[in-house]
Amino acid sequence: MMDALFFYLFATLVLGGAILTVTRRNAVHSAISLIVSLIGVAGLYLLQQAEFLFAVQIVLYVGGIMVLFLFVIMLVNLDQAAKQRRFNRQWWIALLCVTAVGVEIAYFVRKGASAFSMARPPVAAVANAGGNTEQIADVLFRQYLLPFEIASVLLLVAVVGSVVMAKKRI
Amino acid sequence: MNFFLLSVLKAAVVAFVLLTTLAYLQWVERKVIAHIQVRMGPYRVGPHGLLQPLADVIKLITKEELIPPHVNKFMYLLAPFLAVTMALVSISVIPFGTEIHVFGTPTWMQLTDLNVGLLFILAVSSMGVYGIALGGWASNNKYSLLGGLRSSAQMISYELPLSIAIASPLLLVNTLSLREIVQAQTGSIIHWNILRWPAPQIVSFLVFLIAGFAETNRVPFDLPEAENELVAGFHTEYSSMKFAAFFMAEYANMVTVSCMTAILFLGGWQPLFSPAWGSNFVPTLIFTAGGLIAIYHGLNPARKLDRITLPVTGVVFLLVGALFLVPAAQNALIPLFWFAAKVGAVLFLYIWVRGTLPRFRYDQLMRFAWKVLFPVALANLLVTGLVVALW
Repeated sequence: MMDALFFYLFATLVLGGAILTVTRRNAVHSAISLIVSLIGVAGLYLLQQAEFLFAVQIVLYVGGIMVLFLFVIMLVNLDQAAKQRRFNRQWWIALLCVTAVGVEIAYFVRKGASAFSMARPPVAAVANAGGNTEQIADVLFRQYLLPFEIASVLLLVAVVGSVVMAKKRI
Repeated sequence: MNFFLLSVLKAAVVAFVLLTTLAYLQWVERKVIAHIQVRMGPYRVGPHGLLQPLADVIKLITKEELIPPHVNKFMYLLAPFLAVTMALVSISVIPFGTEIHVFGTPTWMQLTDLNVGLLFILAVSSMGVYGIALGGWASNNKYSLLGGLRSSAQMISYELPLSIAIASPLLLVNTLSLREIVQAQTGSIIHWNILRWPAPQIVSFLVFLIAGFAETNRVPFDLPEAENELVAGFHTEYSSMKFAAFFMAEYANMVTVSCMTAILFLGGWQPLFSPAWGSNFVPTLIFTAGGLIAIYHGLNPARKLDRITLPVTGVVFLLVGALFLVPAAQNALIPLFWFAAKVGAVLFLYIWVRGTLPRFRYDQLMRFAWKVLFPVALANLLVTGLVVALW
């Protein structure tokens, strides 16, 4: 009962925030709506007993990336940007995308839970393994070590690339 | 006792104590800085200005609530609310002491223990940036905007060395729950993380402390409100209680960082040396010494009034000291004393630094974060990891 209540609360936050993000004209308001949406996602993680993901979602996305977003938006002249013609004139492409996603969702709803194959360890096993944080560390550094390292190298490349592009003289 | 009732009681006590601490922290700061600068500080309202915080609160509440016409109203009102809420929420996972019995029900001196308590504090404090950044933007004023931008850049930069400095003691204690972090440091001072064998965390303690100063926008990192460049920074356009909310958030953040320092590096509520060597008598000794000094000066008064006030203060001190000897109260009071002593020491350091150091220049601040603090924290993490793995 409580779980369902919180699920709908967070789902409302996620969807409401997402809708406001794309419909608001003021870029700062859009960014704030996106933050609300991301907080909702963090709440959904918490409902799935993934406390580590919840905390990381807030620290990284809400507290880090979105602050930088806001940082850039605040320096831009908003009045000028709001007057510009926006990219919402492509009705046909949008309609096509929406239909494709709708068909996908309808297919999965028709097939039910059997359409997905998800690893579902029992809750007791999570508690025995020392909580969500330790399990994630185990999986990340044993099973998925190579993808993890590749992702970190990719991020390093991005950092070096942005420094090279931003600096005129190195 | 009912779980719900108990939680409400604990929350009420913690909130009351925290808000009183915030009000009086400001009095302590003014007094300490005054004495550093050879002044008297607040002296008029009550004895030694002790009622000054109360007067300040009344002043702030009754001031005119002004909303400038050119602001973004929603964000302008949201910002101080956000700042103070995020600052006060993190106290809910801080453990103040061991398990106690309230009307026969065992409970911890902590509102709640999360198994990711440390990450929770980081998450909440990283959301506190929004209060300042949005406040600066919504004010629609160039000084406010610059103050807000400076603060968000500074807080994001210093969050990095702060998080890495936290990671090294975590390698030693192997948990993210704040209660278990303190329990892992049981024993005397050599078991605290700052001096713990095999990898003493002195370097990460210093990095954490410095980054903590920057995170709370305190001198020498108080660039968001550098008066000579930015008027008052992000809160230039705020008045009355909205200004007070920002002020309270700053002090609450200070208290949180001090609590974190005490828990992560200084052993939380654990005593300085083992109770077998008599550490349980330290609070009694300190309060007795204070009380006796007060009574001595009361017997040799410099002013007429001292003949009454000083002995009364002395007797109160002696009574408090005697309270620490009562076996029933000892279980709760002694851990609380050690925790309060450590947090108080770190808070005093904050004020001391404010009275001593000048402000950084903005480029110096950024260079210091990225070229000094960050590599040092990273190297310390590497060394700690290696030592812990090899040991």
